[in-house]
Amino acid sequence: MSQKQRKGREPLIRMVKRDDLSTRRAWCYRGIAFVLALITGGLLILALGHNPFSVYRDMVVGAWGSATVIRETIKLTVPLLITSLALALAFKMQFWNIGGEGQIMVGAMAAGLFGFFAAEIFSTPVLIGLMLVAGMIAGGIYGLIPAFFKAKWNTNETLFTLMLNYVALAFLKFLMNGPWKAPGSSFPKMPMLVPGGRLEQVLGVHWGWILALVLVVVAWFYFNKTKQGYEVTVVGKSQDTARYAGINVKRVIMRTMFISGALCGLVGMLQFAGADYTITEGITGGVGFTAIMVAWLAKMNPYGMVVVSVFIAMLERGSNTIQTIYKIPASASDLLIGIILFFMLGCEFFIRYRIVVRGRGPRSREEAGHA
Amino acid sequence: MLDTATTLVMAAVLAGTPLLLGALGEILTERSGNLNLGVEGMMFMGAITGLIGSWGYEQAMAAAGIEAIGAVSALISLLVSFIAGGFGALIYSFLTITLRANQNVTGLVLTIFGTGFANFFGEYVGLAAGGYVAVSSVTKEAFLPLHIPVLSDIPVLGQLLFQYNWIVYFAIGVAVVMSLFLFKTRFGLNLRSVGEDPAAADAAGINVSRYRYMATVIGGGICGIGGMYMSMVTTSGVWVHGCVTGYGWLAVALVIFATWSPLRGILVAGIFGGLMIVRMYISIPGLPVQIYEMLPYMATILVLISTSVRQSKEHAMPASTGLNYFREDRE
Repeated sequence: MSQKQRKGREPLIRMVKRDDLSTRRAWCYRGIAFVLALITGGLLILALGHNPFSVYRDMVVGAWGSATVIRETIKLTVPLLITSLALALAFKMQFWNIGGEGQIMVGAMAAGLFGFFAAEIFSTPVLIGLMLVAGMIAGGIYGLIPAFFKAKWNTNETLFTLMLNYVALAFLKFLMNGPWKAPGSSFPKMPMLVPGGRLEQVLGVHWGWILALVLVVVAWFYFNKTKQGYEVTVVGKSQDTARYAGINVKRVIMRTMFISGALCGLVGMLQFAGADYTITEGITGGVGFTAIMVAWLAKMNPYGMVVVSVFIAMLERGSNTIQTIYKIPASASDLLIGIILFFMLGCEFFIRYRIVVRGRGPRSREEAGHA
Repeated sequence: MLDTATTLVMAAVLAGTPLLLGALGEILTERSGNLNLGVEGMMFMGAITGLIGSWGYEQAMAAAGIEAIGAVSALISLLVSFIAGGFGALIYSFLTITLRANQNVTGLVLTIFGTGFANFFGEYVGLAAGGYVAVSSVTKEAFLPLHIPVLSDIPVLGQLLFQYNWIVYFAIGVAVVMSLFLFKTRFGLNLRSVGEDPAAADAAGINVSRYRYMATVIGGGICGIGGMYMSMVTTSGVWVHGCVTGYGWLAVALVIFATWSPLRGILVAGIFGGLMIVRMYISIPGLPVQIYEMLPYMATILVLISTSVRQSKEHAMPASTGLNYFREDRE
């Protein structure tokens, strides 16, 4: 049979799935891709008339060179890391939660409800507790809406969650321009959170970083060691299998998205009470989108997300430094992140597949089997 | 009253045109089975390159001592922005079609990349040009509303239909041609079948990868032209940091609202454009302006929900959009 099929010529290049590539080789490939990305970025820097090595060095120094900048870098990492954990949970279920931005904003606004209007009533710990719970519940509900429609009517969640981002943004702008506008301000902005509602600092950064590290361990445990985490994985692999195994798929989708949204809501609260002390359009700092890449690059592994999010925070922080030193616009960080991510995305292919050129290399397994 | 209505419609058309172009590019892309969330990135790339293209042409002509011609400048802007958008889409296509990367992630990376690309070069070339990038009046005039003899002078109707800049007519032309292509030609049928069921198309001898590459790259180029509209018309040929922000996503929403049909896209672009500018003309007491901004997205969500509840295949996203196709993985 195989003789008949191979009457035509074998294609010049074909791809064969690899069964096993040792973890070390796989990381080796990723390392090569990363270096290639840095070289591409370096060529760009060179074309602009700067020395790539010194620019890269100053980026790293700008993110880690002193206690002050280290704190800034950590401050950027916290929201990115927690959001990645939140989104990874949904991605493991093959639910494309692109709505992190909106869920963060909704969480911040719910926290703001208490922070701005109930600060005099409650003592600091109670107030912060209420803000935390409010942020998480609001974010959770905002995540639950698309999940409900997905579970009930299979409504496309990628586009749904995406649209919800802009609904939340418009609502935030509405609050900022009207009901929540700071009294006496001519410029549309919200008031500042009273000191009693702000998060304590530990080693110079609000305690959100400790919470983030705890959540990393919890997430790893939840993904790998709990029944709920297992259900998420099964639903992600095949909904039919999940149904056959007696898993209530709709329940799992809604529960998981509530948790995912709640974690994003938590990020909103932390940014509000720990970093910005007010709510602006830029409260998310784009992490709802950036975290998608973090989760994906880390292959949904919480510990991997720590590494990737620290790295991306470093690029963002470092690009501010090179702006002051070299007058390279800070948007260079987006450009560089884009280039690195393109390479990392591309290199996964070479980890999963092997390229066979016509007439060379071993034949694939099934052909060998036929012969 | 009539005057206000006329101005409103004209402003809506002008505001809706970049959205229409972005959406048309994405319709072509999604019809082939690629959900490219990089629309915003590609529009950004088109915006900055289109502007720099025209600006560079003017500089070169000035250096050579030749008078710059507006039409040539506009044409260069059009071509360059198409190439830039197409280049962004080519990266996306290579990663998703050839290297089989995840479409959502790749599209979002393209958005980050394109945004960074445009803002970076906008600022960088601006610094080199001594402050900011801006084209001269010669190019600006090429993007002003046209005056067609006789037609433009018809009272009201002439204003409503025949007094826009050339890109507006270009965009409508693209929509009509794309609609004819998709629904009246064999290639269009093939493309739609690739988007709906690539395995069946492949079995019928259609080269799935080639169709996806072509549709995505051309679609990206059209998105790029939409971005060029932002920098050349909306901001009148001056680079404004982040000038496309939000428009790309609105274009993605428009694709859903138009239910993946280029001709309905024209209508929806008018509606979205109207929603964007109506607050400047009419204020409804009790309805704050920011709530207007919410409306296009809310409306899009409603369309998403209603098509999924009715399980309408005709008005839903092509069945395989968002999924990569590997012949070897077929079960």
